[in-house]
Amino acid sequence: MTTPEVHSQKDRSMSLQKEMIADHFRTLTKAKELGRKVVYTFVPGNLTELLAAFDVLPVYPEINALQSGMRKKSGQYIAEAERLGHSEDVCTYVKCDIGMLKSGNFGPTGEKLPPPDLLLLSYTGCFTFMKWFELLKREYDCPVAMLHVPYQGDGRFTQGMRDYVVAQLRSEVIPKLEQITGKKLDEAKLEEALARSAIAEDDLVHVLEQAKRRPSPIDSYFGGVYYIGPMFTAFRGSQAAIDYYKTLRQEIDGRVLRGEGPITPEGVMKGGEKYRLVVEGPPNWTSFQEFWKMFYDEGAVVVASSYTRVGGVYDNGFRHDPKHPLETLAEYCAGCYTNLDLPTRIDMLSRWVRDYEADGLLVNSVKSCNSFSAGQLLILGEVEKRTGKPGGFIETDLVDPRYFSAANIKNRIESYLQMIEQKRKNPSRMVSTVAGPRALPVLQ
Amino acid sequence: MSATRDALVERCDALYHDVDLACVSEWRAQHDGARAIGYLPIWVPREIIDAAGMLPVGLLGGRGQIEIIRGDAWFQSYICQIPRSTIELALTGRLDAIDGFVFPSICDVIRNLSGMWRVLFPDKYTRYLDVPQNFDPAVGGRFFAEELAHLSDDLAALAGRHVSDDDLRRSIVRYNDNRRAIDALMALRAASPERAPAWECHLVLYAGCLLPVEEHTRLVRAYTADAAAATDRPPRDHARVVMVGSFCEQPPLALLKTLERAGCYVVWDDTGLGRRWPTGDVSLEGDPLSAISDAFIRHSPPTAATYQPEGDRGAPLVQLVKRARAEGVVFGAPSFCDPALLDQPMLQDALDKSHVPWTAFKYSESLGQFQVIREQAGTFADSIKLWGDA
Repeated sequence: MTTPEVHSQKDRSMSLQKEMIADHFRTLTKAKELGRKVVYTFVPGNLTELLAAFDVLPVYPEINALQSGMRKKSGQYIAEAERLGHSEDVCTYVKCDIGMLKSGNFGPTGEKLPPPDLLLLSYTGCFTFMKWFELLKREYDCPVAMLHVPYQGDGRFTQGMRDYVVAQLRSEVIPKLEQITGKKLDEAKLEEALARSAIAEDDLVHVLEQAKRRPSPIDSYFGGVYYIGPMFTAFRGSQAAIDYYKTLRQEIDGRVLRGEGPITPEGVMKGGEKYRLVVEGPPNWTSFQEFWKMFYDEGAVVVASSYTRVGGVYDNGFRHDPKHPLETLAEYCAGCYTNLDLPTRIDMLSRWVRDYEADGLLVNSVKSCNSFSAGQLLILGEVEKRTGKPGGFIETDLVDPRYFSAANIKNRIESYLQMIEQKRKNPSRMVSTVAGPRALPVLQ
Repeated sequence: MSATRDALVERCDALYHDVDLACVSEWRAQHDGARAIGYLPIWVPREIIDAAGMLPVGLLGGRGQIEIIRGDAWFQSYICQIPRSTIELALTGRLDAIDGFVFPSICDVIRNLSGMWRVLFPDKYTRYLDVPQNFDPAVGGRFFAEELAHLSDDLAALAGRHVSDDDLRRSIVRYNDNRRAIDALMALRAASPERAPAWECHLVLYAGCLLPVEEHTRLVRAYTADAAAATDRPPRDHARVVMVGSFCEQPPLALLKTLERAGCYVVWDDTGLGRRWPTGDVSLEGDPLSAISDAFIRHSPPTAATYQPEGDRGAPLVQLVKRARAEGVVFGAPSFCDPALLDQPMLQDALDKSHVPWTAFKYSESLGQFQVIREQAGTFADSIKLWGDA
């Protein structure tokens, strides 16, 4: 099946973001001549403000991988990595990144990415991150700074855990940044960046919470990945991020005033909002627009999603605090979605189903990411039990095009939406199995 | 034939097949209902459980002995077997003799399983034990000592008793002794693999998942002594191999037998790595929890589940191959095992650079067909013997 060609329509904020990202990649390609150091790091638990305080440029391998997926290059990169001996069973972000590296390390803009001066392994919420940078370490002659962020196994970030992360920042991360840049940490600069982060974070939360309105002016999953872009990557703590989120906020507020639904690649969603969903799990990137279209064609709007919290959870009031710079970075890292235990995730998703008046929870289970996927069937059942809303389950992958079966996925989404219709007609009757281990995932 | 050795192996085999944990129930009955604490791979400090008067019970999945029905309903097709069989064991009442569960940090699947456990079995004590990936004693060591103190406090509360430093030191002595006994067995196996076949060693080490530590130590020593004196097992012209990747979900016993029947002496493997961790003794000096933490920081065996801050990832394996005088490496990893499979290209690259031959396959604990592996292992052994340097 071929993907229908879609001429995307974009809001001003989307264009602005595109310019910001393109500018960042342009700067990266000139890093050496500009005398800027380059640090490879990960999105969850990123230390962008700290990196900015040292004036270094971050590169996020997951972002490169997802961009490769959206640009239909990931398939060949994954094949290259598998040819080199990487197992078909493991994370395709890793294989896409390795394949890209082995193919010349040309980034999303088609220009060669600079090699890292430091690999900052922010080991937050994902075991694979550790192996990923062990693999990269062999490819580059540069130091590695390891930041181990303890998992919130019983739903708490204890003082001991906080002290541990702060101690690593002091003894491992900051000294290595000082070593590669040849300058001491500018604490004032860090505090200023953290203060700017908090301003932008307020605006991001405002935007995400507008999805509580009817109709929702945003899609918090497909549209949401654009909204989180600057916050989760190179721009948190910058004036550019403040400006972006101010623009975005004005745009969304305008849409609220006009009573408009979300923007889609084909313009403002036509036909109105028929279904409101909470989605758990990352999106598929290789067929991102086709995937999105399956939802908006049916009038399905995602009002909240866990993926838009993978680089930081701000709904519960957390904001970066310039008065306690290292402690606040530790708290931020620990609070990223995949660093939270399953009971906390279940609480959060159930709360979103209620607060955002959703029709149910849809899980997009991606093969590559056990950090999300292991336990999702239990999460689904628990959220159904607590909210009385039906759950749906689909399977794709992050960037492996072999794992996107469009007809199957479309069929399952349509079946799920029909299930919601049935539930609306018979509100007292639970359509799917909800208690105990199910014989089959809901829509298989 | 040795009657003693056969009887010991038979006993271990019975424990291996005790999927209902009848032996744990018996132990509890003999100890006034004392509690048992289950732990998942790879390693937990069993000394802390033992010091609280509890029986540490290693939970290594279903070992291919149970039909997985309910466990499969909780996991997608691309997730390994061990969480499925572990949940199946619990949902079918086979883990009822266990009062609490410790899930150590190894991968995202086992990590998330700890959260599932808290939801599915709210009446059981459940703890996720995060091990430090920072190996600075003043940083990672301090953090881990605190985590261990929390664990010890929890277990003391569960046991309804105070756990003193001396209790901990006595347990450390018992486990140091146990590891020494196992080290002696591993040394015998490396020196004379024909006397202590891999599958027998696997059973003997597995017994340590269920038996009280002193009883297990006696069993290991008895087996080692008898195997060392064996005259009925002449050496064969087998290739000496190291097997890696099997530290969590365990290979079927028949797979280990298959490798040896196909011409490979497995002189070292990581199937029972948790019972050989840390390498060397835990110190009896100073605060015992700090000593356990310090042993983890300084004397953890290299494995895919822990970060290696310095040096080449494959270097420890190359050194191990030399130390064990192995002629090749067999990568035997469970399907969908992130730590083992992500590690593998780095290890293979290091072996290639050192001209150490290797072969690789995947398994699941429920694997029942071994013909392909037998042919692969046989060809590998032949290639070593025919074209190797030895």
